[in-house]
Amino acid sequence: MMDAHALLFEEPLLWEMGAPGRSAFSMPERDVPEHPLEPALVGDYPDFPDLSEPEIVRHYTRLSQWNMSVDTTMYPLGSCTMKYNPKTNERQAALPGIARAHPLLPTELSQGLLRLMFELERLLAEITGLDAGSLQPAAGAQGELAGMLIFYAHHADQGRPRTKILIPDTAHGTNPASAALCGFTAVAVPSGPEGILEPDAVAARMDDDTAGIMVTNPNTLGLFETHIRQVADLVHAKGGLVYADGANMNAVLGQVHMGAMGVDVLHLNLHKTFSTPHGGGGPGAGPVCVTQALARYLPVPRVLKVDDHFTLGSDFPQSIGKLHAFYGNFGILARAYSYILSLGADLPRVSQLAVLNANYLRAGLRNHYHLPYDRPCMHECVFSDKHQLPHKVTTLDIAKRLIDYGFHPPTIYFPLVVPGALMIEPTETETKETLDRFIAALVSIAREAETDPERLRQAPLRAQRRRLDEVQAARKPCLTG
Amino acid sequence: MKDIEELHFPEDIRYSQDHEWARPEGDLFVVGISDYAQDQLGDIVFVELPATGRTLTEGEDFGSVESVKAVSELLAPLAGEVVAVNAELEDQPEMVNSQPYKGGWMMKIKPANGADYDQLMDRDAYLNMLKG
Amino acid sequence: MRYLPHTEADIAAMLAAVGCGRLEELFNEIPADCRRTAPLELPPAYSEWALDHHMETLAGTTATAPDYDIYLGAGSYAHHIPETIQQLLRRGELFTAYTPYQPEVSQGTLQAIYEYQTLVARLLGMEAANASIYDGASALAEALLMAVRITKRRRLAISQAIHPLYRQVVETYLRPTGFEIVPLPYGPDGRTDLTPLTDLRDLAAVAVQSPNFFGCIEDVAAVSDAAHADGTALMVAAFSEPLAFGLYSAPGHLGADIVCGEGQSLGIPRSFGGPGLGLFACRTTHLRAMPGRLVGKTVDLEGRRGFVLTLATREQHIRRERATSNICTNQGLCATAAAMYMASLGATGLRQLARLNYDKTGYLQNALQRAGVVLPFTAPVFNEFVVRLPAGSAATHRRLMARRIIAGLPLEPFYPELADHYLLCVTETGSKAAMDRLVAEVTA
Repeated sequence: MMDAHALLFEEPLLWEMGAPGRSAFSMPERDVPEHPLEPALVGDYPDFPDLSEPEIVRHYTRLSQWNMSVDTTMYPLGSCTMKYNPKTNERQAALPGIARAHPLLPTELSQGLLRLMFELERLLAEITGLDAGSLQPAAGAQGELAGMLIFYAHHADQGRPRTKILIPDTAHGTNPASAALCGFTAVAVPSGPEGILEPDAVAARMDDDTAGIMVTNPNTLGLFETHIRQVADLVHAKGGLVYADGANMNAVLGQVHMGAMGVDVLHLNLHKTFSTPHGGGGPGAGPVCVTQALARYLPVPRVLKVDDHFTLGSDFPQSIGKLHAFYGNFGILARAYSYILSLGADLPRVSQLAVLNANYLRAGLRNHYHLPYDRPCMHECVFSDKHQLPHKVTTLDIAKRLIDYGFHPPTIYFPLVVPGALMIEPTETETKETLDRFIAALVSIAREAETDPERLRQAPLRAQRRRLDEVQAARKPCLTG
Repeated sequence: MKDIEELHFPEDIRYSQDHEWARPEGDLFVVGISDYAQDQLGDIVFVELPATGRTLTEGEDFGSVESVKAVSELLAPLAGEVVAVNAELEDQPEMVNSQPYKGGWMMKIKPANGADYDQLMDRDAYLNMLKG
Repeated sequence: MRYLPHTEADIAAMLAAVGCGRLEELFNEIPADCRRTAPLELPPAYSEWALDHHMETLAGTTATAPDYDIYLGAGSYAHHIPETIQQLLRRGELFTAYTPYQPEVSQGTLQAIYEYQTLVARLLGMEAANASIYDGASALAEALLMAVRITKRRRLAISQAIHPLYRQVVETYLRPTGFEIVPLPYGPDGRTDLTPLTDLRDLAAVAVQSPNFFGCIEDVAAVSDAAHADGTALMVAAFSEPLAFGLYSAPGHLGADIVCGEGQSLGIPRSFGGPGLGLFACRTTHLRAMPGRLVGKTVDLEGRRGFVLTLATREQHIRRERATSNICTNQGLCATAAAMYMASLGATGLRQLARLNYDKTGYLQNALQRAGVVLPFTAPVFNEFVVRLPAGSAATHRRLMARRIIAGLPLEPFYPELADHYLLCVTETGSKAAMDRLVAEVTA
C-alpha cells in the first residue's frame, strides 16, 4: 500500500518497481545482421530493473519533489552562492552545435566553440584583473590542484622545490587537500581577533621552504582580508606565490583587481559566481587565472587565436599538463559565458546587491543571534548559536527548524574557527520581501529556543523525512541495494 | 555532552593529557580512551587500530576514532610494542561509547619501560585537568 | 536586469537599514591598493533574443549529425538519449539543488544517487560505487592514487593501450608525487602485452583499459592474475565505453579491484568533451581508501527509510590534508542522468543496445576488410577499431571531410608508430547506408 499525503508521495527504489520485459528505450531499427561473437567473452545480463517510460517519468518527478532547491526557495548556503540559475543558459548549452559536438573534431569544424572558450578566458581575465587562464579544471577543487601544480612547477623551475604552504585557519578543506596532492605540508595561519589575517602571523611562518599562501578573499567569515597586499608582499619577498581561492568572487565583481592585490593564481567557481546550476552536487567548472609570468605553466591544450582562426595548442613545454580528458566541462562554460553576456556591464551590480543583501540580513539578525565578528560583511555573514546554547539549542536545531519555515538551512559548523557557525549567503537574486521573511523566521526560531526548545530539537517536522540516523549509516554502511 | 560530574573515571587506571587511559595487566598495559573523550566525540562509528607487533613511542599516533563528522587521532600513552588489539571494535565501535574502560579497550602494549606508567595522571590529577 | 530584483526603493530602504548612504559604501573596507582603477571592460548586456542569435551563430559552426557522418569515438560517443532524460533533468528541484548536506530536504537527490551507485556497481560487477568523479581521466588518476594508499607502494604499471589523454592526466596528477610509472606496451593483436609484468616487482597496481583505446577487449582475468601474483598489487580496470558491459563480462567479475572510467555514454551529451562522468567502483574491503562522496541507506526518527551522505570522514571537509582526495563538487547531475539512462534501458534493453552497437561495428569492419582496408589488430572489439589506410592517407581523410564524412581519428599524433592508422567508431546512431557510403568513399 503506497503512502501519500497531499502532494508528498512515497516512492520505491527503482528495483522495487517494474517488470521483466518492460522498456523505456526506443530501440533503433536493426539494419545489419548479427556479427559473430566469442561466447567466452559474454557476460551475464546486468541486474537492472525493466521499467516503462511513464514509470521513469513519475519516479524522477516524485523524487524531485523531495528536494529543496533554488527554484523552490531561498537556499542561503554560505560559500556556495546559490543564486538563481537562468533558464536561457540551459537553452544555449542544449543547442545541437554544443550538446552534440565531439571534442576531437578537426578545429576547422568547431570554430564557434573554440571562439567561445577564447572569449570566456578573456572575459574571466578582465573580471579578475589577471592575464591568462585555463578553463580546463572541472570544479573548484581541481582548479586548486591546477594552482598548486603551477606553484610546484614554478619552484621546481627555480631549481629548489619547496615543501610547505601557508593556509589560514578559515580555509575550505579543499585547500589543504589540494596542496597535499602536490606534496606540500599545510601550515595553518591563525586569523587575528578581527577575523582576518595579520601580516605578522604570515611573516612568522613564511620562509624560503614555503611555496606560498592560499587565501580566500573575502574569507569564509565573509570578511575582506584588508591586509592582503601586505601579506602578498611578505610572501613574494621570500620567493613565494599567492593563490586566491575565488569561491567568494561573487562579493567583489568589478570592485577588486586581483593582480593589484598581489594574487598570482586564482580559481573561479563558475557554478557559484557565474550562475551555472549546482545540479545536486555538480557538475561545476573551476577555471584558473594567472599572471603573465605564470601563463607558461597553464594546462594544455590552450585555445589560440591566429588571425581570425582559433586553434588548440599543446606546444608549451613548461605546462603542468592535462587535468581533464578534453577541455573541461564545456557545457558549463557555455552557460557561464551566456550569463556574463546577459549581464554585460551590469556585472558589478551583482556584487553590490549580493553584499547589500548580506548586510541587510546581518542588520536584521544581529540582535537575535551572536555575531562573533561584528564588522560590515561582504556577501555572507557568520552567526553562532552562543545565545541559544544556554537553552540546549544548537546550530543544528536552528538549521533544521528553518526547514519547517520553508527555507533551506545555511552552511553550518563552518568555518571551524567559529564554534556552532551559521554561515548565511543570501545572494543578489533574493528579493527584499524574501529576506524579510527569512529574518522573521530566524527571529521566531530564536524566540522558540527560549519558549519551546524541544520543538527545535525535534525539527524538522514538516519535511519528507524527520532527522536521519547518520550513525547507523556510518557504522553499517549500506551503499547499494 | 555531559557535565564532568556525570562522567565516570575509575581509580585503578591512569590517564594521559590526550585522554587515553592505561591499566596494568600482568606485564602488559591495556589502553583505551576515557569517558570524557568518548563523550566529546559523540557516537563513534569506526575505530582504526594498529597492527600487532608495531612499536610505538610515547605520544605516537597509533590509530584513530571516527564519529560521523570528526576524526580524532589516538596517541599512545606509553611507549612499547603492540601485542594485541580489540578486534571486536571492528563490528561494534559503539562499545567505546558504552564501555570505555571495559569492552571498549583498544590495544595491549608491552611497555618499553613499565615505570612510565607512574608518569601518567591519576584520577584526581586528570579530573583537575578537565576542570581546568 | 531581469535576474536582479531590487528596485531603487528597495535599495534605499535596505541601505538605510544597514546604515549606508550609497551602494559603493558597502565596499569601504576594501583598501585602495586592492581596487580596480578602471571599470570592467565588458560588452553591453545582450537581450535574451540577441543572446539566442549569438549562441546559435557560434554553435552553428560545429560539424554535427545529420549534416556530417562522424566516425569519432575515443572517449566521447554518439548515443541516442531519451527525451525523458533531458526533460527530467530540467526539473529545477534537481538541477538547482546542491550537495545534499541537509538530508531531510534532499531525499530526491540522495535516493537518485543511491540508485545510481547501485546500478553502477551492478553494471561493473563491483561491490561499491561512489557518487562520481569528474571524468574518466581523473577517475583513473584517483584510482592509481588509491592503490598507492592501500599498498603503500610507489610503482604503477600502466598499459599504453589506455586512452592517451587519460594517461596524460595521470602524469599530471602524479608528477609532484615521485611515483614511478612503468609503461606496458601493446601487442600485435591490439591488447596489452603482459610479459613485462613477470619481471616487475613492488607494484602498487596494474592498470589496463577494456575496451581499450583501440576498441580491443583486454584479457582482464589474465591481467588480474598477473597483478595478484605477489599478493599485494591491485588490478585497476579503466574504460571509456561502459555500454560494452551490456555484452562483455564486467571487469568486477574478472578480478578487478578498482574499476573506473568515463560514463558519458550513459545518457550524457558529448558537449565538446564535458561535462562527462567519472564512474568509480571498488571492493568493500577498500571502501575507506576510496575518494569521493558516498550515499548510504538509513532510517529517520520514525523508522522510515531514508538516505544520507556517509563515510564523510574520508573527505576533504573533515580530514583536510589527510583526505582520500580533494574532490568536493562532483558530477551529480550527470550521475543522475546516467541512472535515468540505465533505468530506461533496463537489463533487456542494455543487452539489446550493446549487441546492436557490436553488430554495427562488425558490419563496418567486414565491409572495409572486403574493400581491401587493413585492420591491423585482431582482438575482439566493441564500438571502435583501428584501420590502416594506404600511405598518403591524410589526403583521403581530407577528401572525405569535404564530403562531410569524418573518417575517424588519426592515431599518429598519439602513437607516432601508427602513421596512416585511424580509430573508427560506430554506434547505434550510425546506419548501414551511411557505412556503405563510407566504405565506397574510402576506397574510391
